[in-house]
Amino acid sequence: MKTKEFLNGLRAGLPIALGYIPVSFSFGMICTQSCIPLWAALAISMTNLTSAGQFAGIHLIAVNAPLTEIAVVSLVINLRYMLMSLALSQKLERMPLIKRMLISFGITDEIFSVASTRIGRVGFWYMLGLILTPYIGWSAGTLLGSAAGGILPGAVVSCMGIALYAMFLAIFIPASKKQKSILAVVIFAAAVSCILKYTPILSSISAGWATIIATITASAFGACVFPHREEKK
Amino acid sequence: MYLTLSIILMAAVTYLIRALPLCLFNKQIRSPWIKSFLHYMPYAVLASMTIPAIFYSTSDIRSAICGLIAGSVLAFFNRGLMLTAAGAVAAVYIAELFL
Repeated sequence: MKTKEFLNGLRAGLPIALGYIPVSFSFGMICTQSCIPLWAALAISMTNLTSAGQFAGIHLIAVNAPLTEIAVVSLVINLRYMLMSLALSQKLERMPLIKRMLISFGITDEIFSVASTRIGRVGFWYMLGLILTPYIGWSAGTLLGSAAGGILPGAVVSCMGIALYAMFLAIFIPASKKQKSILAVVIFAAAVSCILKYTPILSSISAGWATIIATITASAFGACVFPHREEKK
Repeated sequence: MYLTLSIILMAAVTYLIRALPLCLFNKQIRSPWIKSFLHYMPYAVLASMTIPAIFYSTSDIRSAICGLIAGSVLAFFNRGLMLTAAGAVAAVYIAELFL
């Protein structure tokens, strides 16, 4: 049972891992271009496992920003994980604290989305598998990208930037097709995010906060207009 | 030294954000409103992170639009994370050859 759930997790994590490779590859490349050594690029990916936070982090490191600024930016950009962590606490089977501590390390946008859209509760072994494959993909991509950093032309680097967002599309578009209420929430979230980006005064809000505001308002809109009935299977 | 400290700091902040709610909160939420809220949340996060940021994810907004269209079509036909990502990257690459 444990082995089977672990394998199920590994399998569910595989597409995430493959999607991570181009993103972490470009992360590794940017590190090399910012004169951050390979060991450090790999260490960041293996200890942080977060896309937006890492990109912002190396940008700050490259300009020798003060440590307090690095801490605050990491906090704000990654604050959305707090919402995900809370949501996941409702989805996990009962398990001891040590296992929860281990799983929390692997909460990313994609891993969270796959786990939380699975039918029924998710257990420790499934989560471990679901985290492990993307973790390997994320680390391997960073290693390769950092090593290839100086070699590949700029055109290749530029077109990789979209990979992360394309992965997001692959999660929310099929779900919107299945449930009209999800479609409405998606449109609402995108609209709020655009308003925050393009309205003169509001545009001074950082990207991290904008994500949190858009997420909370759109989810609240969904919960008010389309109360969701849970299907227990 | 600075590099090592910044890496440790980033990792610590990121981990605490992820771990605190999951480790401290293990009661079951009953409220149907909060349950619905949490049901919609993953999609709201992803949509707000994608739009409008995807338009600025490449060196030119026109190539980004090509990538967005390719990615959306692949996603619409349930082609999975990997193929959708690869298709969008390829579309951007091809578009940039012409720009």
